[in-house]
Amino acid sequence: MKLEIVAQKLNLKQINEIAQVEVSSGYASDLLSDVLARAKNGALWVTNHKHTNIIGVAVMLNLAGVIIAGGVEPDAGTVEKAKEEKISLFTTDLTLYEVVGRMYELGIRGCC
Amino acid sequence: MNAEILDAPGGLTLNDVCERLSGEIICRAELCDQIVTSACGCDLMSDVLAFTRPGSVLLTGLTNSQVIRTAEMLDLKAVVFVRSKKPDERTIKMAESLQIVLILSPYPLYESCGILYNAGLSGCQSRNQAVGA
Amino acid sequence: MEVGDVDAGTSLHYSFEVQGGDFGKAGDASSKVKRILQQIGADPEIVRRVAVACYEAEMNVVIHAHRGTVTLDADLKYITITIEDVGPGIEDVEMAMEPGFSTAPDSVREMGFGAGMGLPNMKNCSNELHIESTKDVGTIVRMIFENA
Repeated sequence: MKLEIVAQKLNLKQINEIAQVEVSSGYASDLLSDVLARAKNGALWVTNHKHTNIIGVAVMLNLAGVIIAGGVEPDAGTVEKAKEEKISLFTTDLTLYEVVGRMYELGIRGCC
Repeated sequence: MNAEILDAPGGLTLNDVCERLSGEIICRAELCDQIVTSACGCDLMSDVLAFTRPGSVLLTGLTNSQVIRTAEMLDLKAVVFVRSKKPDERTIKMAESLQIVLILSPYPLYESCGILYNAGLSGCQSRNQAVGA
Repeated sequence: MEVGDVDAGTSLHYSFEVQGGDFGKAGDASSKVKRILQQIGADPEIVRRVAVACYEAEMNVVIHAHRGTVTLDADLKYITITIEDVGPGIEDVEMAMEPGFSTAPDSVREMGFGAGMGLPNMKNCSNELHIESTKDVGTIVRMIFENA
């Protein structure tokens, strides 16, 4: 499914420009080392983190995008870096559990 | 102790939760006929402390004793450790004495949350939802 | 202790030691505080708020300080938690109150703490939060909860 469509269906708040990419899978974690070890190319990552490191991780893994859940606003540095690195960044008031639940409902499966 | 919040009528028993996750109960199996109606997936304990309802299930990728302490402070009924990560004996003993059910799910956090959400377990409020934004 | 132990004119006072850097025991003091409040029959919702705030404060001592004390004072009207530590102090209290501000090392973040929500959580849970901090000496956090 196209990232754009996923963002629309989940009513995500768009922080920067949405890349024209396919979402291959979903990943959820707040443990960066865990994400680095297991998230796959093209995954849409859901986290409660808001600091700049999340963009670094997304770049390294070539993720489709990052969703910051739970009504958390990203740090200014995070927004800046997301724009610079062209990583699609979203926020939502839904909790991580809920946004993942809805992604799953759309048919997006995990990275295993 | 806490009144049940029944906004997902019915909810799931902890046995159901375990079964849907193809999981394994490693602590307090005898308490698994309790019904839960909400869940939270998180690895940041302060976020859990801020937004999780009493009586919920916590799903997490962490296995240290702080997870059990957090569950204790919030009166959570159960903790699901994802990707079958098993806490050490001391942590399990702590949960046992606090009557907290521990379940191992073979799935990652993403899959585990997806399965339970689609089985009807609702989420807890996030910060903006909580203030009615 | 039985329900009704706390009546007009009497109050209870307990103190617990907290060791900086001892993550194995982190939370033990808050657990004891919670149990005492349950035993005296405090309202479960208040017990929960006190437990959460106390635990966050205790974690701060374990993460940042050398050692500290958690003190519980309760009477019919108020529950007061005082956490006093010997440690580096908080450089800028106002900044530390900002959600997401954290000086915790990555090792602590990987344990699920240090995401900068501790002080905001403590503020939300308590009716009053007072912080006094002296650099290189320590910090005193006092939280007051209305025991309605």
